[in-house]
Amino acid sequence: MRIGVSNMKKGDFKIIVGLGSCGIAAGGNKVYEAFKANIEKSNKPVTLDETGCMGMCYKEVLVEVIDSDGKSIIYGEVTPEKANKIFESHIIEGKPVIEWVVKADDMETSEDAFFNKQMRIVLRRCGAINPESIDEAIAMDAYKAIEKAIKTMTPEQVIEEVLNSGLRGRGGAGFPTGMKWKFARASQDSKKYIVCNADEGDPGAFMDRSVLEGDPHSLIEGMMIAGYAIGADEGYIYARAEYPLAIQRLKIAIRDAEERGLLGKNILGSDFSFKIKIKEGAGAFVCGEETALLGSIEGKRGMPRMRPPFPAVKGLWDKPTNINNVETYANVAYIILHGAAEYAKYGTEKSKGTKVFALAGKIAKGGLVEVPMGMQLKEIIYDIGGGTSSGKKFKAVQMGGPSGGCIPADLIDTIIDYDSVNQTGAIMGSGGMVVMDEDNCMVDIARFFLTFTQKESCGKCTYCRIGTKRMLEILERITKGEGKEGDIELLEELCANIKKNSLCGLGQTAPNPVLTTLKYFRHEYEAHIRDKKCPAKQCKALIEYKILEDKCIGCTACSRVCPVKAISGEVKKAHKIDSSICTKCGACKATCKFDAIIVE
Amino acid sequence: MSNKCCCNERSHYFDKFDKILAKYEGKEADIIPILQNIQEAYGYLPQDILDELCDRTGLHPSQVMGVATFYSQFRLKPTGENLIKLCFGTACHVNGAEKVAEALADELKIEIGGTTDDGRFTLETVACLGCCSLAPVMMIGDETYGRLTPDKARKIIRGFYENRGE
Repeated sequence: MRIGVSNMKKGDFKIIVGLGSCGIAAGGNKVYEAFKANIEKSNKPVTLDETGCMGMCYKEVLVEVIDSDGKSIIYGEVTPEKANKIFESHIIEGKPVIEWVVKADDMETSEDAFFNKQMRIVLRRCGAINPESIDEAIAMDAYKAIEKAIKTMTPEQVIEEVLNSGLRGRGGAGFPTGMKWKFARASQDSKKYIVCNADEGDPGAFMDRSVLEGDPHSLIEGMMIAGYAIGADEGYIYARAEYPLAIQRLKIAIRDAEERGLLGKNILGSDFSFKIKIKEGAGAFVCGEETALLGSIEGKRGMPRMRPPFPAVKGLWDKPTNINNVETYANVAYIILHGAAEYAKYGTEKSKGTKVFALAGKIAKGGLVEVPMGMQLKEIIYDIGGGTSSGKKFKAVQMGGPSGGCIPADLIDTIIDYDSVNQTGAIMGSGGMVVMDEDNCMVDIARFFLTFTQKESCGKCTYCRIGTKRMLEILERITKGEGKEGDIELLEELCANIKKNSLCGLGQTAPNPVLTTLKYFRHEYEAHIRDKKCPAKQCKALIEYKILEDKCIGCTACSRVCPVKAISGEVKKAHKIDSSICTKCGACKATCKFDAIIVE
Repeated sequence: MSNKCCCNERSHYFDKFDKILAKYEGKEADIIPILQNIQEAYGYLPQDILDELCDRTGLHPSQVMGVATFYSQFRLKPTGENLIKLCFGTACHVNGAEKVAEALADELKIEIGGTTDDGRFTLETVACLGCCSLAPVMMIGDETYGRLTPDKARKIIRGFYENRGE
């Protein structure tokens, strides 16, 4: 039974609009307003509500309609116009608009495959509750685990349970969470801190944002349990400033939890007290590194510190501190409530539970998916994601963002667990999964990531600061057709040195995108350097746009869109591109309806 | 805009800053939130406000400037009326964000990071806006524009100018 349905009368409806960042970006607020206007006009007993990310970002705006029997129908790609029609047909006339349905309790839809292979633990309440309603969260078990922990378990038992669950840090490196807690518990100090790393800086990753926007209470509860376990009474959430909606919903959730006495002094009548503060980041990727993050909370430039001492011994303001990321904490309540054994049922021997991935790039069904560890990469990309969006050949998937690497198509049988992914040279990372097709140049991808890490290097370590700059210069040269023999070897040498001589994860992993593309796509580097060709036809300096005379009918569409007037020709006669003027923007090719323009 | 020539003018100019400072103790840990508030109020971090911040709190200028220049969120120069944040995240990159950037730069006749002569637009790139399924994406003010093509991006800019009858 859905939340809030129990008090609905026969014939009533509840309409829920997905208003996560993706939904809003796709026009969710206008759809919400359209339903609101319809409800006011019709005087129908319809409740209008909002929810966070439902996961099907590719079908935004999503709208769920629930009837008084609790039966649900979800519509995809809803616009204000479609909203009017849905209201008219489904609510007034009782006839769902079948062609727009993407998921339903009583109906098979073309999108069922997207959900069938998923297992939702972290996202258990995302898309199912109004994230701004603590009552809806509580109705779906929020704060039951902290109650269980406080009333029936010692802190040691909580840590034992988390250890037994096999939960490993979801921020990237995969360190056992229970172990981290144990170290922090063992540190003797009157003051300790819990910190949540919500500085999701990996480009192409939005898992944490969706949890924060869709179910902030799962994070709050996870942090409370961690606080109880290690003996901390204060927590900080370090959130990206780029996530205003997430921060706003977190603030509401914290305020509501405080009002219910779930946060504050003597929680649930016990000796345990806990408060949470939000710290907004200010845009620095390196602050995803835990010691840099602590520096940033303290008001300094976010630069990593030497470890050891580890934060568990000397962390925030030199006090013992436990740091985990959003997804890790969001797992905790489930583990405590249902037991380690239940959680450990999912996954592989060394990687337990589930993992949330942000499926993006050239994927047909991009969105937020949660799958049990041990699933094969191809199941995620094809069965859930529906293959490439372009219909072209799948080439590689980038995992782990700027610290990760590209896994090529022939390793698509790789299973999702920390160790198997590491073996490919990529890393599990926080869960960004960016799919690429044959049109993507792998040298260009490596250059893209180096541009990012080079810019984001804090500058503390020489190899990271200068080494990444030199690597970027070489990669830029190669993509411009100015690569030289020996460039690949020089890149490899720089990679090895940067890895060895950098203090923090940013520097140590910065070479990974280059190393993996060199490992699996070395021939592309060689083609750029030796043949001055870009096999994917992406690198501008190495390509030329041409018009096929026999296909061009002289419609002039291309010459009209060319921003630099590089195309000439008479009406109804084949046109020509002047390569000396052409900026290779591709506007002509995108406009041509006759496939008369090719890239060579 | 001269802020120090006349007492009356000065006090108005600093009003917003006074309100911000009143909320904080002015310790090191407050620097980032104070700067965020200043930027929110003034649109950027004006040098005279930063000087005032150091004078009033005893924070060292090197601490404040160190933070202001370290984090990409902070701006030491004012932006145009509309700030375009074009996403250069991975998903946007593989879907052609660079071509969109070129089209925008060409349409606005500015480089990335620049402001148009009429002060209407500043064009910036950002690491990831997190709406990857709508890639390529940009934000103008609070509005998000998704599934961009170079052509669509140009039309959006032209729409801004046409709406004003220019």
